[in-house]
Amino acid sequence: MAKAVVLGSLLSVGLAGALVALAAQAAGGSYVVPGSQAATLDSCVEQTDFMRRNHMEVIKHQRDETVHNGIRSTKHSLAGCVECHASGDPAGGVVPVDRKGQFCQACHAFAAVGMNCFDCHATVPSQGEQGQGSPSRSPLAASPRGAGVAFTGQRSGEGYPQ
Amino acid sequence: MTEARDTIDRNRRAFLGAAAGLAVAPGVLLHTVAGAAPRSAPVTSDVRWGLLIDTAKCADGCTACVTACDEENGLNLQVKPEGQSEAKWAQQRSVWIRKAKLQDNQTGRITNLPLMCQHCERPPCVDVCPTGASFKRADGIVMVDRHTCIGCRYCMMACPYKARSFIHEKVTAQLTRAPRGKGCVESCNLCVHRRDNGQESTACVDACAREGHQAILFGDLKDPASHISQMLTAIASRQIREDLALNTGVRYSNI
Ligand code: SF4
Repeated sequence: MAKAVVLGSLLSVGLAGALVALAAQAAGGSYVVPGSQAATLDSCVEQTDFMRRNHMEVIKHQRDETVHNGIRSTKHSLAGCVECHASGDPAGGVVPVDRKGQFCQACHAFAAVGMNCFDCHATVPSQGEQGQGSPSRSPLAASPRGAGVAFTGQRSGEGYPQ
Repeated sequence: MTEARDTIDRNRRAFLGAAAGLAVAPGVLLHTVAGAAPRSAPVTSDVRWGLLIDTAKCADGCTACVTACDEENGLNLQVKPEGQSEAKWAQQRSVWIRKAKLQDNQTGRITNLPLMCQHCERPPCVDVCPTGASFKRADGIVMVDRHTCIGCRYCMMACPYKARSFIHEKVTAQLTRAPRGKGCVESCNLCVHRRDNGQESTACVDACAREGHQAILFGDLKDPASHISQMLTAIASRQIREDLALNTGVRYSNI
């Protein structure tokens, strides 16, 4: 019995700790990687708070639209996430977003949520691959990495229907 | 089943057409505009994509279309799992186009042709799929939604053309335009990313033309003015396994 109480209190201390950490994240801390395009922008394709809670719904909705209806023009593409959140390494290459400490991996590890997107999807930007036409990528292909201006047009679109 | 689905689709299309008409000019305009930018309106059954392959022009020993397909879809990035024999790997690696050579045993006449997903109007792979992952897009492209594929491979058994491959091992290198990973079935999707980005043809068609053979023609089977439709009207062509009455979107001439 006593053991259970101790265990219970330990558990709640742990939980409280986790919540504090979460609050710290929400209050301005961020997993956005310096050197990525995302680091130069005020917010993601939607408000940061919204994206933190709902990005999975957003890309899940988009995947069906893309696979079944062929719609590739919207700002909610996973390829867009990768394009914007990948950072460069000193050797001139790009660090995959699912690499330890990178944006996607770091936050998923913190939240202890599996991440299967990258079993199939590329983890580095398309870098001028032919046949990539999403607005989150084509304008950027012509501009230097980190030139956030390319994103202004896109973010001014109407919000995600809630 | 298919009939019923078609009827429902037609009604829905009429409704959608009317709704879209309020905002933009009707279909024709959308179609031309789509040529430049990534697609923003859902695909419709106003088009049906298909191929016409002239086997007389397909050269013996040429594999340009296969190579181009591999590069277009990142199949060239596949690596043989450690310890697997070459023979097994040759059987298991993903292949979307196979180069086939047929010989008429009585006359000795040899025919070369590329064989890929035939994009049936009534695809057996769609009939048997337990999850709905194997599906036919409104524009006639038969493909796998990898998000819902459970890798049961029923569709591979059902396909009369042996057109599908299964990904057995973890994939570490893939292209942005062609996501692919372990545990899913895949096959030719008529370069669906090119369709959605308003590009003209497919990788295999381009490669064949580059080699000077021009054996493959890509186009809209529903548009009577398209080059492919006109060729189909003008010359004799056949479906492979036409006895199955699948109404394939890929047709062959000179076989
Ligand atoms: S392998 Fe995938 S696509 Fe094929 S029948 Fe099974 S679930 Fe459907």
